[in-house]
Amino acid sequence: MYKAAVIGDSASVSGFAALGLSVFRETEPEKITKLISRLAANDFAVIYITEPAAALVSNTIAKYRSSKLPSIVLIPAIEGNTGDGMRALHEAVEKAVGSDILN
Amino acid sequence: MARLNVNPTRMELSKLKKKLASARRGHKLLKDKRDELMRQFMILIKENRQLRTEVEQAINEANRYMAVAGSVMQREVLETALMLPKQEVEIKVTEKNVMSVYIPEFTTKFRTEDTNDIYSYGMAFTSIDLDGAVCALSAVFPKMIRLAEIEKACQLMADEIEKTRRRVNALEHIMIPDYEETIKFITMKLSENERSTTTSLMKVKDMVLKQSHNYH
Repeated sequence: MYKAAVIGDSASVSGFAALGLSVFRETEPEKITKLISRLAANDFAVIYITEPAAALVSNTIAKYRSSKLPSIVLIPAIEGNTGDGMRALHEAVEKAVGSDILN
Repeated sequence: MARLNVNPTRMELSKLKKKLASARRGHKLLKDKRDELMRQFMILIKENRQLRTEVEQAINEANRYMAVAGSVMQREVLETALMLPKQEVEIKVTEKNVMSVYIPEFTTKFRTEDTNDIYSYGMAFTSIDLDGAVCALSAVFPKMIRLAEIEKACQLMADEIEKTRRRVNALEHIMIPDYEETIKFITMKLSENERSTTTSLMKVKDMVLKQSHNYH
């Protein structure tokens, strides 16, 4: 059985604890990088990460993009939406089609 | 186009013809694969976009509640309230094969069936906004799982489409023209050799006839 995790600043991710997700309150790039590789090796299928936290470790996230698990999903932090999650979607379209045909 | 570096022999010619046939076949198959992947990708990406918008909206909503709860309650109390969750989520991962891209599918299972088990705290010392935040998150959670599934599928498919497209292009613009040109070259060379053999034979025949019968 696999598990789900949430990474981000305390205020943004605390609520997810109630749903039974594993919550990791990390905001430093090195720690997040280590955490992600530890989670990936330890049966975590889904990792939700807040957009500001994801922006710190974009290389690590890109590394897991082509592997089957875990699925790393960007979610808005408490400060609001930065649009990074949507941007990743547009990037995928651009990669597949050759140009961004959404919108 | 560059001609391949091979000896102009009949053996090479028949080998190349076979290679050209399988390259054409591979090209057709890969092109079909690319088209079908693209079709499925477009369906998925539309759903993905829709879902992401919904999830982002819902989480923003929950975050608003959370921000209010955080300002009404003491930070420590808030943290303590959420410290020991009653609920635990488990994910079962199965695989689905879409045009030989293996995409994961997630099924969630909660530890307890009771939907009220998301509130891991007493109502007395917590703000109502915390309930709102937790409730909003719980409502959007199935969509979040679907989003995780579909985003992964889109990423994997985008990779595969890119790979397939490169293969199709390599076959179409490099390998097939190369083979065709080399085949043409060998055919020309062989018929040239044939002609040269014929002419030299005719010449020899002339010479022999001239010698023995004094013909012109």
